[in-house]
Amino acid sequence: MKRIFAWSTFGFGIVYFFLPLVGMLEFSLKMRRGVYSLDAYASVLNDPQFRATFGYSTIMALLTIIFGVLLVVPTVFWVRLKLPKLRPVMEFITLLPLVIPPIVIVFGYIRMYNTSSWLPLTGSATGSDILLMFGYSVLSLPYMYRAVDTGLAAIDVSTLTEAAQSLGAGWFTILAKVILPNVLVAVLSGAFLTFAIVIGEYVFAALLDRPAFGPYLVWSGGNKAYEPAALAVMTFALTWACMALIQLATRFSKHTRMQPK
Amino acid sequence: MSFLDLSGLQKSYGANNVVKSFDLGVQKGEFVSLLGPSGCGKTTVLRMVAGFETPSKGTIRIDGQDVTHLRPNQRNIGMVFQAYALFPNLTVAQNVAFGLKIKGISAAESKDRVADMLRLIGLPALGDRYPFQLSGGQQQRVALARALAPQPRVLLLDEPLSALDAKIRVSLRLEMREIQQKLGITTIFVTHDQEEALSISDRVVVMNGGLADQIGTPFEIYNKPRTRFVANFVGTLNTLEGTVTDAATGQITLNGQSLRLPAPLESAGPVGLALRPESVHLNRVTDGDMVLPATVTSVHFMGSVIRVQAVAAGRPLALDTFNRPDTPPPAIGSTVDLSFNPRDLIVLHASE
Repeated sequence: MKRIFAWSTFGFGIVYFFLPLVGMLEFSLKMRRGVYSLDAYASVLNDPQFRATFGYSTIMALLTIIFGVLLVVPTVFWVRLKLPKLRPVMEFITLLPLVIPPIVIVFGYIRMYNTSSWLPLTGSATGSDILLMFGYSVLSLPYMYRAVDTGLAAIDVSTLTEAAQSLGAGWFTILAKVILPNVLVAVLSGAFLTFAIVIGEYVFAALLDRPAFGPYLVWSGGNKAYEPAALAVMTFALTWACMALIQLATRFSKHTRMQPK
Repeated sequence: MSFLDLSGLQKSYGANNVVKSFDLGVQKGEFVSLLGPSGCGKTTVLRMVAGFETPSKGTIRIDGQDVTHLRPNQRNIGMVFQAYALFPNLTVAQNVAFGLKIKGISAAESKDRVADMLRLIGLPALGDRYPFQLSGGQQQRVALARALAPQPRVLLLDEPLSALDAKIRVSLRLEMREIQQKLGITTIFVTHDQEEALSISDRVVVMNGGLADQIGTPFEIYNKPRTRFVANFVGTLNTLEGTVTDAATGQITLNGQSLRLPAPLESAGPVGLALRPESVHLNRVTDGDMVLPATVTSVHFMGSVIRVQAVAAGRPLALDTFNRPDTPPPAIGSTVDLSFNPRDLIVLHASE
């Protein structure tokens, strides 16, 4: 009896979650009257604006990931190794982006870095791109931090560091050869989450007036009928592909099984 | 001057003096163990030699060079950890080659050296394995090979056997000693296991409360413990209280009997005496032995050795005797004569 209840709850959840998606998928295939077709998808893919904005956001996502990894991995490593008392502070700081709405952050940026400020980043396209990248890094910080922190928790950071030091390694070698390879899967999962966030982000890109994918999604939603559904399906597929890649990365990394202590 | 010279080492964390004042000279090629209970400062001394802790006071010299303020990666020291600490993302061969690569040794030479090292530790065929595919004993041997590969000046072993099970612990410690002697590498070994320390060391340092209570060969440490702490920590011991009647001639009274110790004593009055269980015999063995009547309270038959617990003059007394097929052990509750040679009595000093 209990089992049936559990399964029916599970089934209800599945239906609740998937039914709208199925509806959306079905609608996206109905562009041609009377038959199912991929016309809406073709229309999206042939739209030069789609390609431009998607390309722009992909590059921004990659830059954000690189910056995030360079910022978070050494910081978390150092805090775990030398300043464990600062961990609650780190937790707090990295949670802030979840609490402060992006609109507040971006208005802060615009006030701080406008053309009449000491660092007029919003005055040029490159400046705005840099600002946007920093904004994205802030948004993805909670995810990147937690992923890397969990990854580092799984290895004996201090002993591995000491072992590498006694073998003559300096800090750069330790980070590049010992720490990073061992938290690579964690870093990858942080990277995929960052990618998913950046691809769909609207507020930052719109208010900084950058040609990103998020604003394009919104614009297309207001001006077209079938294409937004196709776009939504494609972004979902992309996110799921990212999640599948995280799983694959975990599965295929040879050395992630931990050594017994 | 010794090859590795520690003088006046001190380490304190706030008001807590972990190492109070530590002096030790280690000769080139010598194997020295730091032995003591947890919290005695032995690991801190080792970590100061490795460079992971900076001494509050004192100097560390290796081969005449003052390394006290060098960073760990500048000291050319090999270290083996209790938790193995192999790099999980690298194969066995890559782990062993890690230090060689940093030293800038060519790939070809490094490959030869790695092969030599793997042969030395008896795992020549496991170069392509990852650490998680090895047993604990194998991992620790790889860790030893990795530490030795860059030819360090000093090898530090931080309780390397504590995480292993008993059988491997014994075989690996002999193997480590053999390798150490073959390479002639100066080694410091930290352990809390007295049997380990006694069996493989050239010299043993018994530490207590941040100080070296006694430094000596295993034979000296066991047979001539200088302090009550060393006597109690190393091996099993019977303690007796005597009274010095004539310090100059070593005359004392013990349990109402007068006897003479081979060496003069420092002062008159009560004196702490100790006796190893193997120095006590059932029945009188030779003339001149001191005899104590005792009641047997328990008998542990351990195969080659029989340990008998008895009460003599109101004090518990343990004795070890070899098993002899023609002589069964005494019955519990029986009264026996225990004897010992006064020469075997150890005079105990309080810890400094």
